[in-house]
Amino acid sequence: MSVPLTLLGLLEREPSHGYDLKRDYDAFFGRGKPLPFGQVYATLGRLARDGKVVVGEPEAGDGPDRKRYVITETGATEFEDWLREPVAAEPHLQTVLFSKVVLALMLGRDAELYLDTQRAAHLKRMRELTEIKRSGGLVDALLADHGLFHLESDLRWIDLTAARLDALAAEVAKR
Amino acid sequence: MTDPLIHAHDVTLAFGETPALRGAELAVEAGEVLAVMGPSGSGKSTLLHCLAGILTPDSGEIRFDGRRIDNLGEQERSALRRDSFGFVFQFGQLVPELTAEENVALPLLLGGRRRAAALQQARSWFPKLGLDGLEARRSGELSGGQAQRVALARGLVAEPRVLFADEPTGALDSLTGEQVMDLLVGCAREQGTTVVLVTHEARIAAYADREAIVRDGRATSMSGRLTS
Repeated sequence: MSVPLTLLGLLEREPSHGYDLKRDYDAFFGRGKPLPFGQVYATLGRLARDGKVVVGEPEAGDGPDRKRYVITETGATEFEDWLREPVAAEPHLQTVLFSKVVLALMLGRDAELYLDTQRAAHLKRMRELTEIKRSGGLVDALLADHGLFHLESDLRWIDLTAARLDALAAEVAKR
Repeated sequence: MTDPLIHAHDVTLAFGETPALRGAELAVEAGEVLAVMGPSGSGKSTLLHCLAGILTPDSGEIRFDGRRIDNLGEQERSALRRDSFGFVFQFGQLVPELTAEENVALPLLLGGRRRAAALQQARSWFPKLGLDGLEARRSGELSGGQAQRVALARGLVAEPRVLFADEPTGALDSLTGEQVMDLLVGCAREQGTTVVLVTHEARIAAYADREAIVRDGRATSMSGRLTS
């Protein structure tokens, strides 16, 4: 999650105070990891330095003076470019899971036991995410679904690899 | 530690020359939702059918509530299934000639309940499962998700001790399948029904408290209940 680009996106919606940006960030993107105020203002400072936002005059209110941040043309263009660019579809050709299985076979360890343990850990996390889905709102459910689909895809790989362990062991032994 | 509600010990069963279960061991605690997973042909549905008294093992023992059920006669097993177990399967469960509410009422009618009382109790399940207004429809007039929710109501209406569900979402799209699972687990927990769920889908198994993996006719319990 890119904090600067997300804040730019929130500012593209409407000029906002740092407090409002933090509140909206935490509501939609924080998911149990709120953005510290220090990071909000440090990021806004860098965006202003780079000409991506401008800072309005301090506004007097009940509390301390507050500044409103406005996105610039440069900031809006950078945000639009980022939004249009697809996220890299990582092929994951060399994963930790794969390395552990091959090493276990090379060393004569029980690769199936490792896969079973990994399957149990994945399913445990899937149960936790499912519980979040069942008890939370739509935003929580959609984020949990994203995690669930990734874990499910790992599990399909685990099952397929478990079914091919003998063949993989023979392949590893040849080299 | 209490005794499990269902206990399978060293269960074997072959179909002709083909072994389906080879010394399966499984314990199901009262009130838990257990997912039985495994690849196609691993024996998971066969194991469920043995636990539910539908199939008789060649050897080994199956106990329900401390009582051996693998050696019961057909009549006793039939009574056990009617009085203590509910079922949800993947396909073709509803009787097409009956309305949705008559389908739900079926286990109550078979158990000797009077028709009016059975239908009244059946109707009380429709709002719970988002089926309001569909009581008089026949199965051909229901969508797949609606039909499966009617089947779920039928499986739970008699408040069985155990609900056996064999790939209950296998014929549904992902979203509808998850809605059915959410209702299945929610209703079962509400009335304290133990659930044994056979599925090959991890996303469906994730609704359970724990899973058992069946591979080559043997079962392994993998992980524990979610604690809050």
